[in-house]
Amino acid sequence: MSILVNKDTKVVVQGITGKEGSFHALQCKAYGTKVVAGVTPGKGGQKVEGIPVFNTVEEALQETSANCSLIFVPPAFAADALVEALDAGIELIVCITEGIPVKDMMQVKDYMKKNYPKAKLIGPNCPGVITPGEAKVGIMPGHIFKRGSIGIVSRSGTLTYEASYQLTRYGLGQSTAVGIGGDPVHGLSHKDVIAMFNQDPETEAILMIGEIGGTAEEEAAEYIKSHVRKPVFAYIAGITAPPGRRMGHAGAIISGGKGTAQAKMDALKGAGVHVIENPAFIGKMVYEFLRT
Amino acid sequence: MKLHEHQAKELLKRYGLPVPEGRVAFSVEEALQGAEELGEYPLVVKAQVHCGGRGKAGGVKLVRNQEELKQAVEGMLGKVLKTFQCQEGKLVSRVWIEKATNIQKEYYLSITLDRGLSKPVLMTSAEGGMEIEEVAKEKPEAIHMLHIDPALGLMPSQARKVAFKLGLPVNEFVKIALALYRAYMDLDASLVEVNPLVLTKEGNLILLDAKVEIDDNALIRHKDLEQLEDLTQLDPLEVEAKRYSLNYIKLDGNIGCMVNGAGLAMTTMDIIKLAGGEPANFLDVGGGANVEQIANAFRILMADQNVKAVFINIFGGILRCDRLAQGLIEAAKMVQIEVPVVVRMEGTNVEEGRKLLAESGLNFINAEDMWDGAKKAVELASRG
Repeated sequence: MSILVNKDTKVVVQGITGKEGSFHALQCKAYGTKVVAGVTPGKGGQKVEGIPVFNTVEEALQETSANCSLIFVPPAFAADALVEALDAGIELIVCITEGIPVKDMMQVKDYMKKNYPKAKLIGPNCPGVITPGEAKVGIMPGHIFKRGSIGIVSRSGTLTYEASYQLTRYGLGQSTAVGIGGDPVHGLSHKDVIAMFNQDPETEAILMIGEIGGTAEEEAAEYIKSHVRKPVFAYIAGITAPPGRRMGHAGAIISGGKGTAQAKMDALKGAGVHVIENPAFIGKMVYEFLRT
Repeated sequence: MKLHEHQAKELLKRYGLPVPEGRVAFSVEEALQGAEELGEYPLVVKAQVHCGGRGKAGGVKLVRNQEELKQAVEGMLGKVLKTFQCQEGKLVSRVWIEKATNIQKEYYLSITLDRGLSKPVLMTSAEGGMEIEEVAKEKPEAIHMLHIDPALGLMPSQARKVAFKLGLPVNEFVKIALALYRAYMDLDASLVEVNPLVLTKEGNLILLDAKVEIDDNALIRHKDLEQLEDLTQLDPLEVEAKRYSLNYIKLDGNIGCMVNGAGLAMTTMDIIKLAGGEPANFLDVGGGANVEQIANAFRILMADQNVKAVFINIFGGILRCDRLAQGLIEAAKMVQIEVPVVVRMEGTNVEEGRKLLAESGLNFINAEDMWDGAKKAVELASRG
C-alpha cells in the first residue's frame, strides 16, 4: 500500500507538447509510471515518443484508461486546464504549474468543492507525488527516493528532495512523498495528507515539512493530537524570515504576526510531534528515534 | 506588488468609490500647481512610501496656505522616511496632496483572501485608524468578518447587515462595499484596505486612506498595473535580481547565500543562524535556472558590501549540478571573487558538477552536507 499513486495509476499529461510537459512526461515514463496519454488542444493525433496526444481530456479518457492528470499548462491557462480535468471526471489532479493567479485558484477550488467533492488536487506550484518504485507523478528526481515506510508531506520541492535524500542515506525508505505546493490556495493540505498516511498500513511514521505563512501546520497539529498514533516528525522552514516579505512561495509570508515558524513549532510540539530544529539532521533524528 | 496610496485612490475612484480629490506631485512646482487646481486650503500633504505608520513619523501634514504647503513638501521630497513599521526607511520621491476631510468617526474596511477557507473575506471594524493587527490582538471581537462566495460575489443584504451593525449610513456603505469587492476581483488584488474609512461631519463616507496590493502572479494579465510599480521603494539589488527572474531579498547579515527552491533557501538562512551566523540575503535561483541566471545571481549577491563569505547550497533536481558549476565558472569571469565561497552540492549530476569545479582552478571550498557548509561559511565570515 501507499497513498494517492501506485503501479495502477494511469496518467494523462495536460500540456504534453510543451518543453516542460514533454520532458517530464518522458521522465515519469522512464521511472516506470504508466503515462497513457497527453492532451494539447489542436495537437490531437500526434505522438510524443509513443504517447498518444488528444485534443481534450474527455477524449483522452474515452480512448485510454487514464485516472490521474498531471498538468504543465502555463499559468494563464492553468485554471482552464484544471476545470477541464475535473469536468472529464478525473479524480486525482497533480498541478505542477507555478505562478497561477490566486483568484483563478480560488474560483477553481470553489468549483471543485461544490461540483466534484470527491476529486483530489495536489498543488499547484508543487513537485508532485511519488510512490517510490511504483509511480512518479511529478518533477522530482526519482533516484533519490527509496521504497519504505516513511510518509512525507511538504510544501517545498527541493526541501522534499533534501529530506528524502537524508532518509534514504540512513536506509529509511518512503511509502509516498507528497509535495502539496507553496501557493496560498491549493488542493490537499498537510492535514489531508497526514490523514491518508494515518490510514495507510505501509506508512509507519510521518515526516511533515512546513514553512512560514498561513495556519495549515497548526491545523495539522490539531488533527495529529486527536487522531494520529504513528510517530510524526516535523521541520518548519523560515525561523529567520522577516515579517511582511514573501519568501519565494506566494504562501510563505508572515503577516500580522501570524504564520511564524515559532508558532507552528509550538503547536506541533504541543501535539506530541517530534520537531526537528536542524534541517541537516532530519534523516539522523528520524533514524535514531525509530531505532530505539 | 504594492501600490502607492495615490495610485490606489486613483484606481478605486474608477470603481465609483468616494476618495478625497487630490493631485500627485514629484516636485515643489508640481505641488503648487496641484494645490492651485484643488482650489482652497486647508490641504493635506502625504508622503508616498510603501510603509505604514506615516502619520506618526511626520509623513502626513495639514497645511493652511501656500507657504506651509511649500515647507511641508520640501521637508518630504528626497528624504528617507522611517516609521515604526519600516525601520530602514523609504525614499519619498512623490507626495499626494488632497482636500482635507472633516472627520466625525473612523472605521476600518478591507478585503483579502482567507487562506484557510480559500475565500475572500471582508473585514470591518469601528476601530478605524488603528493597525488592524493590533485590534485583532487586543479586541478581536471588534472585527467583523464576512466571507464572500467566490462564485456569487458580495450581495447587498450581506453588506447591509454589516452597515446596521456598525451604525453606518446603509445605502452608502453597501455601495462602497460592493464597489470595493468589484475592484478587488477586477484588479486581481491580494489586498484592498481602507483605513480609515471616514464618516464625515457632513454625514458622508469617504476613503481617507487606501492600500492596494496586486497578486504578483496576476500581473501576466495586468500589464497596465505592472507599470505602476515604483522601483525606488525596493532595494536596488532586488530590482536587479528581478530582471533575471531571480528571487532575492536583502537581509542584514554577512553570509551571502544562493540556493535553488524557496523552501531550501529559507532553510539555508535558518541553518546559517543555527551555526551562529547571519544570512545576508534570501536567494532562490529557481528550479530551471540557466548558466546566465546563475552567473547573475552570484554577481548580485556579491554586490552586497556586507557579504564576508558565500554559502551555495544546491540540491540538484531539474537544476543539474553541472549546470550550476558552469554558471559559477562563468560568474567568476564576471566578478572578482574576494571572499571565501563554500559550495554544497547534491543530487542530479553531482559528480560532473564537482569535477567541473575542481578542474576550474577556482578556490571554492567543498562542503560535505548542509551543516558542514553552514559551519564553514560562518567560520570564514567571522575571520573576514
